[in-house]
Amino acid sequence: MTIPAAAAIADAMPARALFVKCVVWDLDNTLWDGILLEDAAVTLRPAMARLVRIFDERGILQSVASRGDHDLAMKILNGLGLREYFLLPHVRWGAKSQSIRDVAESLRLGLDAFAFVDDDPAERAEVAAACPEVWCIAAEDLAALAESPRLLPPASENAPVRRQMYLQEEQRRHAEEAFAGPQEEFLATLQMRLTIEPAAPRDLRRVEELIIRTHQLNSTGYSYTYDELARLCDSPAHLVLIASLEDRFGGYGRIGLAVVDCDRQTWTIKLLLMSCRVIARGIGSIMMTDIMQRARARVVRLRAEFLPSDRNRLMYVAFKCAGFRETAKVRHALILEHDLSRIPPYPAYVTLESRQGIGA
Amino acid sequence: MDTIRTAIRNFVARAIRTDLLSDTDDIFARGHVTSLFAMQLVMFVEHEFGITVENDDLDIANFSTIAGLANLVTRKRTVGLPESVLEGRP
Repeated sequence: MTIPAAAAIADAMPARALFVKCVVWDLDNTLWDGILLEDAAVTLRPAMARLVRIFDERGILQSVASRGDHDLAMKILNGLGLREYFLLPHVRWGAKSQSIRDVAESLRLGLDAFAFVDDDPAERAEVAAACPEVWCIAAEDLAALAESPRLLPPASENAPVRRQMYLQEEQRRHAEEAFAGPQEEFLATLQMRLTIEPAAPRDLRRVEELIIRTHQLNSTGYSYTYDELARLCDSPAHLVLIASLEDRFGGYGRIGLAVVDCDRQTWTIKLLLMSCRVIARGIGSIMMTDIMQRARARVVRLRAEFLPSDRNRLMYVAFKCAGFRETAKVRHALILEHDLSRIPPYPAYVTLESRQGIGA
Repeated sequence: MDTIRTAIRNFVARAIRTDLLSDTDDIFARGHVTSLFAMQLVMFVEHEFGITVENDDLDIANFSTIAGLANLVTRKRTVGLPESVLEGRP
């Protein structure tokens, strides 16, 4: 386990995310040669099209921030067989920085996880000034930068389906916007099924990826390597739980993780994290209740470590809502404790399957 | 105080899509409101009223009712103001 050093916590907000999660493309003279509004006979740049497919295979999302006529641009992208690669394409006349902000908000990703590719230095300068977190790449440099570390996220079996999952998420959001009733009634219409179970070896690559990618819904930021996770899974003194979610629109995959130290008398939640794709689904609270139930069955005290960063306050609120109290502070870490007398009930809108493992 | 309550009530009513909420009804009572909503409440009162909610203030008692939220806001806004202001003196 790696515990961030005090100095690292002080500037816990790196200027940019470790890996690019979304590449936003300009179209004219970047993805293709020519300017669409001046001449519809634009020529695709094969090297760029190849990069679109490569990024997609790596699980990097892609979008468009370009100028011109939206419908025409979509027609051309369709004809080139590339339309499906771009989520939420923005072809309009406003500032490209605003288009990127809109994409980031819709995908619920931080701007620091974005790269923007454009041939025009003025457009790059506009985005760099308005969104300094965004990595602005000159179109002519992209091929050379494609193998740089920030564009090589760790491989995951989930990566190829990430784009489809975001498309499903779009459908969910449209359904949510169209729904006029209270939030919990909307959640009920999703028919969510959540499984919480001890992690198995086949889960560990994905667990590693979740740890790397998740900052906002992350209680401590502790990171574990694949080998460490494999040891913890085998250890009777630890519990590694993984949560998978699906609903009527499709699967979200494995979206939640808990690492619990299981002492004879005390269980300590060392790490609890949730993919930000399930941020409004109440999944973190359900995982907390599940851990509380397991702890109560073992008649142990339940604690959680919490390491505040400038991004994970929501997680602190979730612990407090679940009934945890802050009992101590050890250097930068807060120790939270739950007396297990009143465990919050599971919400009715999720069907839960909680599987016990061997050992803890 | 009344304007504080009204602003909070409007926000809550919009968020959970009900206008059948009294100042002392438990917003979280039905157990369905996610912690994301709690976080939105925190951010709303911080932004709307210019206060900073500390970890110690993040107590369910402060956040579960409109009255509790309004009390928290009033208390936080009072802290740090000179006495003359509190007593209405110039």
